[in-house]
Amino acid sequence: MTLSESDLQTLLLTLKLATTVTLLLLIVCTPLSWWLAKTTSRLKGPVSAIVALPLVLPPTVLGFYLLVAMGPNGIIGEVTTQLGLGTLPFTYSGLVIASMLYSLPFVVQPIQNAIESIGERPIEVAATLGAGPIDRFFSVVLPLAKPGFITAAVLGFAHTVGEFGIVLMIGGNIPGETKVVSVQIYDHVEALDYANAHSLSLLMLVFSFVVLLGLYGVTGNRNTTRLFNRAKQDRG
Amino acid sequence: MTVTDLLLDIRFSISQPSNAAFALAVKCSLPAKGVTAIIGHSGSGKTSLLRCIAGLETKVTGSIQFAGQAWLNGTHSVPTHKRNIGYVFQEPSLFEHLTVKGNLEYGRKRSLLKSTSGQFSKVLSVLGIEHKLQQLPSELSGGERQRVAIARALLTQPQLLLMDEPLSSLDGPRKQEILPYLESLASEFSIPILYVTHSVDEVVSLADRAIVLEQGEITAQGSLSELSSTLDSKLVSTHGMGSILTAKVIEKQTNYHLVKVQCNGCFLWITDLGYELGQFLTLRVLASDVSLSDVKPQGSSMLNHMPVEVIDFGSGSHPALRLVRVKAGDETLLVSVTLRSLHELNIQPRRSLWASVKSVAIVN
Repeated sequence: MTLSESDLQTLLLTLKLATTVTLLLLIVCTPLSWWLAKTTSRLKGPVSAIVALPLVLPPTVLGFYLLVAMGPNGIIGEVTTQLGLGTLPFTYSGLVIASMLYSLPFVVQPIQNAIESIGERPIEVAATLGAGPIDRFFSVVLPLAKPGFITAAVLGFAHTVGEFGIVLMIGGNIPGETKVVSVQIYDHVEALDYANAHSLSLLMLVFSFVVLLGLYGVTGNRNTTRLFNRAKQDRG
Repeated sequence: MTVTDLLLDIRFSISQPSNAAFALAVKCSLPAKGVTAIIGHSGSGKTSLLRCIAGLETKVTGSIQFAGQAWLNGTHSVPTHKRNIGYVFQEPSLFEHLTVKGNLEYGRKRSLLKSTSGQFSKVLSVLGIEHKLQQLPSELSGGERQRVAIARALLTQPQLLLMDEPLSSLDGPRKQEILPYLESLASEFSIPILYVTHSVDEVVSLADRAIVLEQGEITAQGSLSELSSTLDSKLVSTHGMGSILTAKVIEKQTNYHLVKVQCNGCFLWITDLGYELGQFLTLRVLASDVSLSDVKPQGSSMLNHMPVEVIDFGSGSHPALRLVRVKAGDETLLVSVTLRSLHELNIQPRRSLWASVKSVAIVN
């Protein structure tokens, strides 16, 4: 099994896109998940529904609206043009934004569930022990919600790697800029180049399985996490 | 400012829009020393009162002053982490991701006054958790977890320790395991404690004074003996007023089927129900089962007589009765006497007398 230079390029781009999107999503989704987990606001329902939309919408629908909004006459497009950034469709940045929206629920929901399951008590205990709000987040919430964050990161990453429809709508097919693995496979099949389609597809299959196996290894076996913590404590 | 000058002054109200039936309006001043029990039926607002003092409740208005610091002034509230308090919750609430040592260090390294390693080891030994440091909370028993939680609160060097029914999540034997630690806590560390409970046993063995809460309002407050007549009806208890003693079996008299038990500084003979030497028992002595006399009783059918010193007395459950607190060794006994006996025996604080115990109930 050999990979052509263009195959390798799409692979690297896919990994870069997925890493960028995952990191940005973790930063954006942590406060959002916190708010969803803690709020009693009436906006909780509508916001949760919006966050979950990408779960049910066909990627082409989401991609279509983003294409329109980010185009020269769209709301986002006008703002980015004003700022001198040009328009986002068919650029790497546009692909990042679209992927973030598309993978949002996969990152928000595990973090939100993890924060909800911690409850108020450990946070209150930390406050009575003299920890301020930011200190409490890093010393109590983050370690206790760690499995949720790991799940969120893995799902966000894997889901971004696996997207196709939204990439075609927003990113198109520009080698080195927006052409990711899933699109490359599609192109190989279109060109009846089944051998190369096979190589890439098999790679994706193995990659996805390994990622999921790792994920279930972490969350399915709490003892691993516990032993890890214990080892850390003993060293400290 | 010395310890005796510390004062907790609270006057505030809280109402929850979501729960119109519940409102807490409290006004009281407490000397911030010794153990003050906050008692009342469930739903009376005991826990809310404690949470307000800790700053864990929002939507509180009023004023809370502690030792000259304004913790609450109108709606301006000092956040919990800036109030120098220790809080022991109803359930142990240890951080599951940290070892026992990690839990203890968490508060210790964040406290303003750093506790010395001497204080650290003293807290550990008073609570009996020296050998648990490397364990994770999930590896401890319920009683051990709560002892770690108490130690963790103590190690922040709090000026005020708030305890919310710390024993209620534990079963009978576990309760008996912790109660002695709590008793020594109050005497070993001079930290004022507010102790929420609805257990008469805990009030009698721990508290110096009590606040009675009913439907979010304080209906009575004062020293334990002053409140004794009201205590019984306020506490969820099927037992009469009495004292709880922890005792160790030290001698067996097989021909009479009796055992001699040692309490904290006094001895009692009790019926042998198959106890073993060295076994620990928890005894309840009802106030009505103890009598007082000014000379050592001779030729009495009662087996147990001991020298005692009067601490104080208060009103009893009937106008004719008075409840006297006496010290037998290091134990505190409650004695119910008539007002006439009180006068005839000239009972007053620090008077030495003999107490005779008619019967003893075994709690566990």
